[in-house]
Amino acid sequence: MGEIRLMKGNEAIAEAAIRAGCDAYFGYPITPQSEVLEYLMAEKPHERTGMVVLQAESEVAAINMVYGAACTGKKVMTSSSSPGISLMQEGISYIAGAELPCLIVNVVRGGPGLGTIQPSQADYFQATKGGGHGDYRLIVLAPSSVQEMADFVKLAFDLAFKYRNPAMILSDGVIGQMMEKIELFEPIPRVNEFDQSWVTTGKTPDRQRNIITSLNLDPYLQEEHNHHLQEKYARMRREDVRYEAIACDDADYLFVAYGSSARICQKAVQLARKKGIKAGLLRPITLFPFPEKILGDLSQSVKGMLAVEMSAGQMVEDVRLAVNGKIPVEHFGRFGGVVHSPEEVLEALEEKIVKPVV
Amino acid sequence: MNLEEIIREENIVYRRTPLLTDKALSYCPGCGHGTTHRLIMEVIEEMGIQSDVIGIAPVGCSVLAYEFMDIDMIEAAHGRAPAVATGIKRTWPGKYVFTYQGDGDLAAIGTSETIHCCNRGENITIIFINNGIYGMTGGQMAPTTIPGMKSSTSPFGRDTAMMGYPLKITELIAQLPGTYYVSRQSVHTPASVRKAKKAIRKAFENQKLNKGVSFVEVVSNCNSGWKMTPVQANKWLEENMLAYFPPGDLKVDGQLVEQGKTS
Amino acid sequence: MGKIRGAIVVDTERCKGCELCVEACPTDVIRMERKVNSKGYHYAYMEHPESCSGCMNCGIICPDGAITVYRVKEEKVSEET
Repeated sequence: MGEIRLMKGNEAIAEAAIRAGCDAYFGYPITPQSEVLEYLMAEKPHERTGMVVLQAESEVAAINMVYGAACTGKKVMTSSSSPGISLMQEGISYIAGAELPCLIVNVVRGGPGLGTIQPSQADYFQATKGGGHGDYRLIVLAPSSVQEMADFVKLAFDLAFKYRNPAMILSDGVIGQMMEKIELFEPIPRVNEFDQSWVTTGKTPDRQRNIITSLNLDPYLQEEHNHHLQEKYARMRREDVRYEAIACDDADYLFVAYGSSARICQKAVQLARKKGIKAGLLRPITLFPFPEKILGDLSQSVKGMLAVEMSAGQMVEDVRLAVNGKIPVEHFGRFGGVVHSPEEVLEALEEKIVKPVV
Repeated sequence: MNLEEIIREENIVYRRTPLLTDKALSYCPGCGHGTTHRLIMEVIEEMGIQSDVIGIAPVGCSVLAYEFMDIDMIEAAHGRAPAVATGIKRTWPGKYVFTYQGDGDLAAIGTSETIHCCNRGENITIIFINNGIYGMTGGQMAPTTIPGMKSSTSPFGRDTAMMGYPLKITELIAQLPGTYYVSRQSVHTPASVRKAKKAIRKAFENQKLNKGVSFVEVVSNCNSGWKMTPVQANKWLEENMLAYFPPGDLKVDGQLVEQGKTS
Repeated sequence: MGKIRGAIVVDTERCKGCELCVEACPTDVIRMERKVNSKGYHYAYMEHPESCSGCMNCGIICPDGAITVYRVKEEKVSEET
């Protein structure tokens, strides 16, 4: 049994980073995720594991520091919230293009623009469809508890290195600020062996020089590189889809929700069942790759689905693609920083799905 | 003594450093980028540090610098090289890390990264090529285009009332406590090339001391952007660019050099 | 004292004909060939090889590293031996 602690989601991310053998964190303060950097600075990971922590002058600089350290094979991460993640998009596109492993945490707040500092899930498109310029994808993990905030740090690094691809933890202000009891995993030592086939740690006489770039002036080479990226994303779809199915076996109606909305929907499932409505919940854990197969399968057995997200309706598009018109799929969500209640969610299920379907 | 007797392996006093790759440099004939690339590679060769050097190329004419230098290199986004260098140096403090940046990269879009990297005192080397113009995109005005100088976006000459003043970023950087060595050099004559090489060597050797940023500005021609022959461009550089950007050390061993003194 | 003799060898395919070496040569050794290389550039050559002192100025100013410089101290054939 690992160490039990009562922690904020943001603190769990920071503690998990130290325990996951992370080599460096570069970040810039922004509400509602500043506790990540604060915790790291107070915890002195430099003394605990040798991990580097640096407050950058901007999110733009932070993501490029991540890029630099990632080029040398280091386990490196940053965290921010929506407006800061927007600033990082240039760097994330370069990191994806250059195929570098790293972790980016987005504790989402309401937008657009400066928006609000309250929780939101309106960065789904940005996280799962690329975000910056060019055809690329991030591995996107959506924790719905403080426990998962910690566990997914390790998982995200594993997946990032498996695919040499940036991974993102897409959280929100609820999970970031909420305190829960968690069990911390045992610390993993920092790795000091690097895959010399690609890292830029200095050209030794026994190998050719390594170059890390996302530039290919020859369009045919760039096309080839893009094909290679697409194959990698296809492999993610085959091998690393993750989801949780709650009360789906006998369900007539399904909530599809991730992150804090999934927590709310879990309560709504209970309320629905009390009222005699056989509701279930499919919670995507990986938002990319999206669990489209299970949703397609479930569309054979349920009568309708309600995508619940704190946005004007983003993930609902992926649910509709997965279901492909077989059954009605609707969206419900409060947004702009407002969090929906389980009662609101259940009412929406009844109004938008149960009544029209019956 | 005939030529055959002179042209022998044992009589070589100057040759292309093997740390430059065989690839033909993509720069225009007479461009100072090639000269500066060569100087950096000669310094790395002479110091014997090839296996511990990581270079960072910018966006601009020298975006392909990694094609020509036989060392591990990274291509950074426009202006972000000092942040990339920070990420590497912080995680590999024993390595030699340098950025190679043009004026648009370092003194316009990357001003923030440059100044904060210098102010934090990252223990890296920054080589700053100032040719007063955006070469790669076809000769537009740069942050260092001097007053009255023509470019494709200042076709009647830089009008400071409308377009603002050239940024003397090297002077600015010299004021920051995080910089240890700040120097301005040029590569337009054999004598200036020899001096520039000494400055670059010092800037690399300083990384052993862990005292902060070593910054070398290299004033260079962009003869095709300036629409001159290479020989004319180097003369114009001496008479005009160096009048606005006077060569010499601005800061040595962490101490500002008195104005007017040059080394 | 023997005379210092120098010579240069130009990598004619690397030379881009910028003429900076012609300008940099203190003893007026270098000229540009009328012929061009495969890229279409006129390339540098020694027009007055006897004047070359091997000072390296041309090699140092060449942006393309196209010039190798040789220098040797000519042993004076001494009458005494």
